[in-house]
Amino acid sequence: MSTFLGLPGLRRRVPDDGATAASAAEPWGAVPHPDEPLRWGESFPAAAKHTLKNEQLRKNLGHATRTIRGKRAAVVDEVPDWEALRDTGSAVKEQVMAQLPDLLAQLEENVTARGGVVHWARDAAEANRIVTEIAQAKGADEVVKVKSMATQEIGLNEHLADEGIAAIETDLAELIVQLADDMPSHILVPAIHRNRAEIRDIFLARMGDAPPDLSDVPRELAMAARAHLRRKFLSAKVAVSGANFGVADTGTLAVVESEGNGRMCLTLPETLVTVMGIEKLIPTYTDLEVFLQLLPRSSTGERMNPYTSLWTGVTPGDGPQEFHLVLLDNGRTDVLADEVGRSALHCIRCSACLNVCPVYERVGGHAYGSVYPGPIGAILTPQLTAASGGVSGADDVNASLPYASTLCGACYDVCPVKIDIPSILVDLRAREVDADRGKHKVDPWRAAMKAASWVMSDGGRFGLAGRAATLGHGLGGRDGVISKAPPPASAWTRDRDLPAPPDETFRQWMAEHEHGEQDGGER
Amino acid sequence: MRIALAATCIADTLFPGAPRATVRLLERLGHDVVFPRGQACCGQMHVNTGYLDEAVPVIRNHVETFAPAADGEWDAVVVPSGSCTGSIRHQQAMVCRRAGLDDLASTAEAVSAKTYELSELLVDVLGLRDVGAWFPHRVTYHPTCHSLRMLRVGDKPLQLLRAVTDIDLVELPEAESCCGFGGTFALKNADTSAAMLADKTANVRSTEAQVVTAGDYSCLMHIGGGLSRQRAGVGTMHLAEILASTREEPTPLPRTRTPEVAR
Repeated sequence: MSTFLGLPGLRRRVPDDGATAASAAEPWGAVPHPDEPLRWGESFPAAAKHTLKNEQLRKNLGHATRTIRGKRAAVVDEVPDWEALRDTGSAVKEQVMAQLPDLLAQLEENVTARGGVVHWARDAAEANRIVTEIAQAKGADEVVKVKSMATQEIGLNEHLADEGIAAIETDLAELIVQLADDMPSHILVPAIHRNRAEIRDIFLARMGDAPPDLSDVPRELAMAARAHLRRKFLSAKVAVSGANFGVADTGTLAVVESEGNGRMCLTLPETLVTVMGIEKLIPTYTDLEVFLQLLPRSSTGERMNPYTSLWTGVTPGDGPQEFHLVLLDNGRTDVLADEVGRSALHCIRCSACLNVCPVYERVGGHAYGSVYPGPIGAILTPQLTAASGGVSGADDVNASLPYASTLCGACYDVCPVKIDIPSILVDLRAREVDADRGKHKVDPWRAAMKAASWVMSDGGRFGLAGRAATLGHGLGGRDGVISKAPPPASAWTRDRDLPAPPDETFRQWMAEHEHGEQDGGER
Repeated sequence: MRIALAATCIADTLFPGAPRATVRLLERLGHDVVFPRGQACCGQMHVNTGYLDEAVPVIRNHVETFAPAADGEWDAVVVPSGSCTGSIRHQQAMVCRRAGLDDLASTAEAVSAKTYELSELLVDVLGLRDVGAWFPHRVTYHPTCHSLRMLRVGDKPLQLLRAVTDIDLVELPEAESCCGFGGTFALKNADTSAAMLADKTANVRSTEAQVVTAGDYSCLMHIGGGLSRQRAGVGTMHLAEILASTREEPTPLPRTRTPEVAR
């Protein structure tokens, strides 16, 4: 199904849970739920043009990212061996990628030995079907959910809704997004684009059981959500989670969260289904030591994670008595096959790269048209959705994502597993350019780059071109600047002046300078 | 020392003040500066836009032009640009290898090992802080992303600026945030780029500096283009232009656009 070219599907994401008909009229959701969670809306530049106009969004995001950036920097600076930890995290993930098939088999063996059931899903459709069948077998018309990127990626909630099963998001921010019929705009803080006043309005209109005198004080908002969710935790028979880590040598799964709602989902219902991307593996239990230091400091700026839940298969008489692990590929093995791009799979979804990205901070997550926004999204999304050969092709909106960066490098600096995002962005750009070679349509960029290559690969030609440019010296007029230029330079001059060329290039000056030296004139 | 100058394509044709000042400065410090005339460009624009095949001849020209540095004919290559130095150091060999040109990649690595951004050359190679400069103006410094995060020049440019006599150096708020240039990003994502630029120019203007300086004229072209459009009355100067300035031969303040009413 491909409706991303301006015809997004408009399925409702909110479980019908007492919201009035009048409030269903979309007062907030600028983002109708898409059929493809990894490819929706317009190309990045076009989508960004719209989101940049939303001043409330920019204010919310600027404030939120500045706060998280500061917290992260403070707690990272106090760790003396932070760089060594990053190196280790990176090395462990490299090892995982090198041994993925063996480690996955080991994980399956250990989960099974401890009473769990392992399922393999090649793509989103298979994963959705597996989860749905488990819920149906339990007779559940409602499942509670732990915040999970993997289930966002496969659009599980919408699939379950189509099958008559309501998926209740229990993470506070994820609940806000769900109630507003919105899409997440951040990996860790999915409602980062909302401020308190908007959240209060969403709760009042959509929650069904919010106190009518609800204010926008954070504590009151949290208490309203808490009361709303409590009854769901106690009634649900099935819980669905993702996983931050899957430990191959023990079969242990880990969920790292801050609210305790995840812990409720992981312990109260009779049946637990965990959907895990196959790259979430770590080889040994002791490797958790590295990642449980790296992740909280990088993501929430906390020294230690508040709620870290670990479980291994089924423990009789304690917690869910049925455990299913769904191992999800959904494009990951294609990414793994790519020598440069594969390190995108090292990502532990901390979102530090989003919080430091100057592009993300201005445009927000929705401009990326994927549940994975920001720098990591710009390298992960197009790789996950690329057709064979790792290329999106110019007709795919995701082909614009590798260009959604100035290559400023802030993301690489903060990445806890040292993913060289700028280099992968450049590699993906090259792949897109190469894929379009040989197509017989006129491409002004390609023509310009070819011409520039010819001029810039020879000092003589370049010197002549520079000398020719000096003829334009007068274009600058009195101020020496050009304020209006024809396309494509018009994209520049809309907001910036362009300097007029000088009356003499450097190499012309240098020739005179060298001549003067030879005559003994200048020194 | 005998130092070869890689002027960079953008400065050669649009901002000759930066390489001119580099020559003046290094000659004043007693070094010989040579300008290999075969040079044109390092290939960064092609690489970062994804045109790696088209970058190969550009890189080949750069590497072959500066190969004598690897053979010891010149002691060092100086580049008055953080991003071009970054491309030379971190991209050229990769592009050559990708094209199957292993020999060229090796030469590129040998040349890049002798190649320094200006502040690296002055501080790390020549061991200088005070270069004897005089610049009696209010200045703020933008560290540029590639100098900061690709080359890790740290505060070397600031060490050099602090030693300038009579300079009034003021800190730039949110200095380490990108100005939004990003090469062809400024054209391909013009709206996002402009939004980033607006924040950068607001921060520059908040310092009430007369001049914003940096080690890279590409970023300065962007910041300066924004300041000029706003008629902010703030000029842009390359680090070299400030360091080359002396009482005897002061670098004049750049011409700026100021509000219409003031003219």
